[in-house]
Amino acid sequence: MPMINEIDFGTPASKSEKFVTLTIDGNEISVPEGTSIMRASMEAGIEVPKLCATDMMDAFGSCRLCLVEIEGRAGMPASCTTPVAPGMVVSTQTQRLKDVRRGVMELYISDHPLDCLTCAANGDCELQDMAGAVGLRDVRYGYDGENHVKARNDGAINIKWQPKDESNPYFTFDPAKCIVCSRCVRACEEVQGTFALTIEGRGFDSRVSAGMHEDFMSSECVSCGACVQACPTATLIEKSVIEIGQPEHSAVTTCAYCGVGCSFKAEMRGEELVRMVPWKDGQANRGHSCVKGRFAYGYSTHKDRILNPMIREKVTDPWREVTWEEAYAHVASEFRRIQYQYGRESVGGITSSRCTNEETYLVQKLVRAGFGNNNVDTCARVCHSPTGYGLGQAFGTSAGTQNFDSVEHSDVVMVIGANPTDGHPVFGSRLKKRLREGAKLIVLDPRRIDLVRTPHVEASYHLPLKPGTNVAVLTALAHVIVTEGLADEKFIRERCDWSEYEDWAAFVAEPYHSPEAVERYTGVPADLVRGAARLFARGGNGAIYYGLGVTEHSQGSTTVMAIANLAMVTGNIGRPGVGVNPLRGQNNVQGSCDMGSFPHELPGYRHISDDATRETFEKLWGVTLNNEPGLRIPNMLDAAVDGTFKGIYIQGEDILQSDPDTKHVAAGLAAMECVVVHDLFLNETANYAHVFLPGSTFLEKDGTFTNAERRINRVRKVMKPKNGFADWEVTQKLAQAMGLPWNYKHPSEIMDEIAATTPSFASVSYDYLEKMGSVQWPCNEKHPYGSPIMHVDGFVRGKGKFIRTEYVATDEKTGARFPLLLTTGRILSQYNVGAQTRRTDNVAWHEEDRLEIHPHDAENRGIRDADWVRLASRSGETTLRALITDRVAPGVVYTTFHHPNTQANVITTDFSDWATNCPEYKVTAVQVAPSNGPSGWQRDYEEQARQSRRIAGKLEAAE
Amino acid sequence: MSHDTQAGTPHGTHDKLLRMANQIATFFSSQPEAVRAQGVAGHINRYWEPRMRRQLFEHIDAGGAGLSPLVIEAAKSIKRPEAA
Repeated sequence: MPMINEIDFGTPASKSEKFVTLTIDGNEISVPEGTSIMRASMEAGIEVPKLCATDMMDAFGSCRLCLVEIEGRAGMPASCTTPVAPGMVVSTQTQRLKDVRRGVMELYISDHPLDCLTCAANGDCELQDMAGAVGLRDVRYGYDGENHVKARNDGAINIKWQPKDESNPYFTFDPAKCIVCSRCVRACEEVQGTFALTIEGRGFDSRVSAGMHEDFMSSECVSCGACVQACPTATLIEKSVIEIGQPEHSAVTTCAYCGVGCSFKAEMRGEELVRMVPWKDGQANRGHSCVKGRFAYGYSTHKDRILNPMIREKVTDPWREVTWEEAYAHVASEFRRIQYQYGRESVGGITSSRCTNEETYLVQKLVRAGFGNNNVDTCARVCHSPTGYGLGQAFGTSAGTQNFDSVEHSDVVMVIGANPTDGHPVFGSRLKKRLREGAKLIVLDPRRIDLVRTPHVEASYHLPLKPGTNVAVLTALAHVIVTEGLADEKFIRERCDWSEYEDWAAFVAEPYHSPEAVERYTGVPADLVRGAARLFARGGNGAIYYGLGVTEHSQGSTTVMAIANLAMVTGNIGRPGVGVNPLRGQNNVQGSCDMGSFPHELPGYRHISDDATRETFEKLWGVTLNNEPGLRIPNMLDAAVDGTFKGIYIQGEDILQSDPDTKHVAAGLAAMECVVVHDLFLNETANYAHVFLPGSTFLEKDGTFTNAERRINRVRKVMKPKNGFADWEVTQKLAQAMGLPWNYKHPSEIMDEIAATTPSFASVSYDYLEKMGSVQWPCNEKHPYGSPIMHVDGFVRGKGKFIRTEYVATDEKTGARFPLLLTTGRILSQYNVGAQTRRTDNVAWHEEDRLEIHPHDAENRGIRDADWVRLASRSGETTLRALITDRVAPGVVYTTFHHPNTQANVITTDFSDWATNCPEYKVTAVQVAPSNGPSGWQRDYEEQARQSRRIAGKLEAAE
Repeated sequence: MSHDTQAGTPHGTHDKLLRMANQIATFFSSQPEAVRAQGVAGHINRYWEPRMRRQLFEHIDAGGAGLSPLVIEAAKSIKRPEAA
């Protein structure tokens, strides 16, 4: 397997459809108008020397190395900043150019160390390459005199020299090696959009500076890695490369963190991962990354990983390591015993949104064909199940309507209950780029998220609604659009059911839906709602992006319908730049839903009661399928407490930490007789497990993930599983132990089965993905190249359906005992329950969960910043440290849930979405009071967790 | 399991099911009249596992106290699971 070397064309591609023909070094070439001469040359196969140019950002024209000569024009223009013109005749190599380039390189090298042999960039240094390309043989100026290279000049301190900045855990900054090409500064601006870097000083004093002459960690740097990727020298370089050396082969794979699904090159030396570098051809990320995907993969080799299967009779016993065969046999016999004793419906499984499509498919197949029931669910239950339901009702399909590229065509973007710069950072960067180009932004969020005001981006409207009032605000927006005559009636008549629209329009036009009427309980000033509605309806292409702040409510599904209504009433569906875009949390939560992980539907969102669909699978699997829906995760736990649900196989999900109302989850798990946890680590749920099956990471297996834009991306194995088996192999062995005749040799065979049974995947195969890179479902005879945008000529369900969305206040109300509303979210550096990111250096950014509280609420309670506070709801209480900030409104507090000791879900309640049981994480009535330290529950929990992680024969339990 | 009995003990499954049924009814009661009862029944048929529907019927058969009238009306169209 060779290194994947991407061609750097020097400047970005032009999108013009008009072509221009010119001659470069005697070669005639046609390129889109607006293309630079540098890029045109590269396309003709001629590489013009360059240092400050790279195709990830706009031309800059500072290095003076890429000069060319053009017939009929004076001088030597820079090829990066000079666009092509018809009939142009360009020479890239003349004596004059050679002399000038060599002179330029000579100057660069006169202020650069000559330690190439021991330099970490040796073998991957553009400066070295260019010295070679221009034939530099001598530096006539010598290396004495003013320089940035040496700490001392003739024994005296050199004030121009700066030591290496090693503050960032993942990369170093060595100013001595900097050539001030500004690529890092421009990457931070143009690609990432953080503006953390700048060039300070002038002339020979110019240097790169993080923030206001700070070290990287103290600056605004978000450690996305774009500057490191852009740096042509060893100035900014991964610490892993310094430590290991240059990689020798690479494979393209897909990040296993969030639902953006970035493509990376896993660059390897043998089986050692040297670094992850975002792949420019990745359609979701277009060569960009965030701190998690780029750097936070250390968990995959963390010492806490459990590599041998383990069993115990009681959860109070220490674990006992066993062979795989013993573990499989034990699980099979236990599940059979339980089913014999308590009935066929007494066991179930949870598929993982972290695992591949193929693995997820197998787990649901094991439940349906092996257990003989439909008790299978997935973590989408607790995040985007309302999206599936709401969009299914309105449009006929349970997925976002656009690709990520679509945002490049948006004029107005509405972000609802999502925090893209933290939760979906690479999409956040792409969005910010569009906003800097002039698109308008509307934010609906109780908290002032970064996007509301960030360098060169400012929301036109921020609607700081009270948690739980999404439906009221969205219906008020619709009220304004309908009553002010802003509806796109032409679109609605063509695409939607007109009589349903009329019914809905009359409903939203009722005066009690007006912004003025709802202001009282939403807390959003009416003029903001009116302004936002007018902007969205009249501002051109309007796109809605939303997250868990929409779904994780009692009215989550209703809110999704309200969003669909808003998109339809403004005609914003079915073309680039518009649409309804759920930002999915987990890497493969879209895929796990697609693969039939829900208890009521088979792969491809087909209800289990549909005879024809069942027949397809029955024929292939040789079993009779139950036609009744199975239990959802919360229902499984209820049934467990009731004594009718006794065994569960949980692949890659930590329900004890991630699901609401921890005590109820714990009670449910404790009531089961066989809990099988299949995971990388002894997670919190494993405290209640009887069997532990070691899992494998995304680096250790082949498969596919499907991201938030329905894109099916390959995951490629770059090292063998440390535990011995990929997760799909473990599930297969388990199925075999239960007597199922499975015999998949490779995940591609599982995908073939998915394609054979699921119409929206009909054309998908590993061969096809190899050819296409990736495809977005539906991908079949009708859509051979996949579907970047859905509902183009009409809705999947036929006519778009307007649905009345009546606001109903949640039962979770504040009162004298619990006067504040708690809402939850995530932070850039950590991920979900933190099982992975906590086991990386990302803890440098977020070592604990903090409670954000408004200064007024804090002062009323005598709380100072960083004080320990007790956070209590009717479900339970915990303690954490306060962070005083006006990001949250008075009356609202906010926290993240990345650390198990915080136990934020001890606080959340059992209230859930009316349609899907998606828990209401985003609204909990709480009280906050000063505290001395961890609560009794936290101490008990920690002790119990410690006890339950003991492994017989090993001194200290993992973690 | 020692952590299950503090203030705010989770509601029993029975109470939860009633609340869920009422939540569904609340949504559909705002919909056009013609689709209300069918909406509730269809939703429960599609998404409720038989033992959940069985518990719901046990409660309805016992008088249905605390259930929204729309749930009671919809029950005529909810599939009654076989006895356990």
